[in-house]
Amino acid sequence: MEITEKDVEYIAELARLELRQEEKKLYAGQLKNILGWVEELNKAKTGEVPPTAHILGLENVLRDDNPETFTDRQAILKNAPEREFDFVKVRKVIE
Amino acid sequence: MLTAVETVKLITEKKLTAAGALEQRLKLIKEKDGAIGAFLEVFEASARAQAAAIDAKACAGQPLGRLAGVTVAIKDNMVYAGHHMTCASKILEGYVAPYTATAVQRLLDEDAIIIGRANMDEFAMGSSNENSAYQLTKNPVNTAYVPGGSSGGPAAAVAAGFCPVALGSDTGGSIRQPAAFCGVYGLKPTYGLVSRYGLVAFASSLDQIGPFTTNVEDSELILSVLAAHDHRDSTSVAQPPQGTKINIRGLRVGLPAEYFSAQGGIAPEVSAAIEKVKARLCAAGAIMTPVSLPHSVYAMAAYYIIASSEASSNLGRFDGIRYGPGVKGETLSETYKKTRGRGFGPEVKRRIMLGTYSLSSGYYDAYYIKAQKVRTLIKRDFDAAFAAVDVILTPTTPTTAFKFGEKMDDPIAMYLSDIFTVPCNLAGLCGISFPAGSDSSGLPIGAQLLAKPFNESALFTVVREVERAA
Repeated sequence: MEITEKDVEYIAELARLELRQEEKKLYAGQLKNILGWVEELNKAKTGEVPPTAHILGLENVLRDDNPETFTDRQAILKNAPEREFDFVKVRKVIE
Repeated sequence: MLTAVETVKLITEKKLTAAGALEQRLKLIKEKDGAIGAFLEVFEASARAQAAAIDAKACAGQPLGRLAGVTVAIKDNMVYAGHHMTCASKILEGYVAPYTATAVQRLLDEDAIIIGRANMDEFAMGSSNENSAYQLTKNPVNTAYVPGGSSGGPAAAVAAGFCPVALGSDTGGSIRQPAAFCGVYGLKPTYGLVSRYGLVAFASSLDQIGPFTTNVEDSELILSVLAAHDHRDSTSVAQPPQGTKINIRGLRVGLPAEYFSAQGGIAPEVSAAIEKVKARLCAAGAIMTPVSLPHSVYAMAAYYIIASSEASSNLGRFDGIRYGPGVKGETLSETYKKTRGRGFGPEVKRRIMLGTYSLSSGYYDAYYIKAQKVRTLIKRDFDAAFAAVDVILTPTTPTTAFKFGEKMDDPIAMYLSDIFTVPCNLAGLCGISFPAGSDSSGLPIGAQLLAKPFNESALFTVVREVERAA
């Protein structure tokens, strides 16, 4: 399993991670080793076995659509690095 | 230092005040935590306010909660309204929680005192606590050694006597492994038993909150307070089935052949300690029974794919917009990339990338779905084993604690210290690590018991028997 710096750049783009040049090199090597190690999984005979997404097998856990009020709005807003009144400020979303 | 049960008794009998109990712990923390580094922050003000409120209730003759005056440290990944939480990451520096995790609230409702937030591996990714972005935590038994991870802070806090109870979280062994390294009790409850609401999600299908304690009784008490359905956690089980009552006479204790034939190599003194546990159980009438878990060899790989994939999704929310200092870029995309590139530590970035890769188009079936199928096979192995045995006994870790820096250059070597703990989370079982002696250099050894889902009572019963026979 070959992982090049180009591959690392692609994955980092998907994951929205900015990496320095040394990091790209380091992670390419480490990811290659880790992926080589998990290649083990290919030896397991999984044939018709269903995948387990949830160990308890719970399905469609619903509740009544009754909104509750959260009273401390300012506590939430205070954590935003940039805000204006009761709005969280972000960079332009639509170019 | 008093246990939780002893503390509650003395406070309820008015032989001790909550303030008195708290000051004892705060004094010890001031004296000793400089050298250990278990706490990222001690909540002196709010803890004292809580203690005062409890003492006022006691004076007024009002009924006290089941945890009256018990000081509890919480791992830095559980929200507590009005208090900081960072998951030991720079990306959440300065964050003040607007709400409280259900597990923490349940302790508060029983008059426990939250004494502080304890250090951890960043975003719960690690097995040595070396991945914290803030400080190192040392093993209180020998400060040249790691306390384990990712709940190294909570484990160290209890081992050092800073509090009788701490809450940790366990995704692949992050409660049980540090419990073993520090010589305390660490319980991972069955998935779905304790609410995850307010626990920062690492791997949503694997995470559970659980207690660190200095004895079994306290573990049982804390679990009885934590375990409950929570409508705010849709993976919380509505009605936990009653565990089966077990008798030590004739109890079938499973010994997984694949674990004992040492994939990573079990240290001889750890093996010897497990032999002692076996001997005590036999003396009490239990029957050692070999079992086979044929898909054990795939557990680590399946775990790392599944956990990293779920983490890559869960950690997507850390974008520098709603919380954390963030790094402002020229564009929205740059804001995300710079915030995350600089705010996350190397292990976190490594796992996010592994998870992103496993879920990406072209690899999803080969990695993620494959790992989930292997998870089914691992669960079936345990189902078959539990048809033949009542509990399973293993070492918690292949070795005792290692020294700082020893495994930092080789991520895979670090991952292998979780080889005996990871399958429990994959299979949805409950597991406990309890102290089983120490090695010749004085480092603690932990033994692990696994039981069927919702059979924590079996774990408590067996540990009590082992200790009774000692």
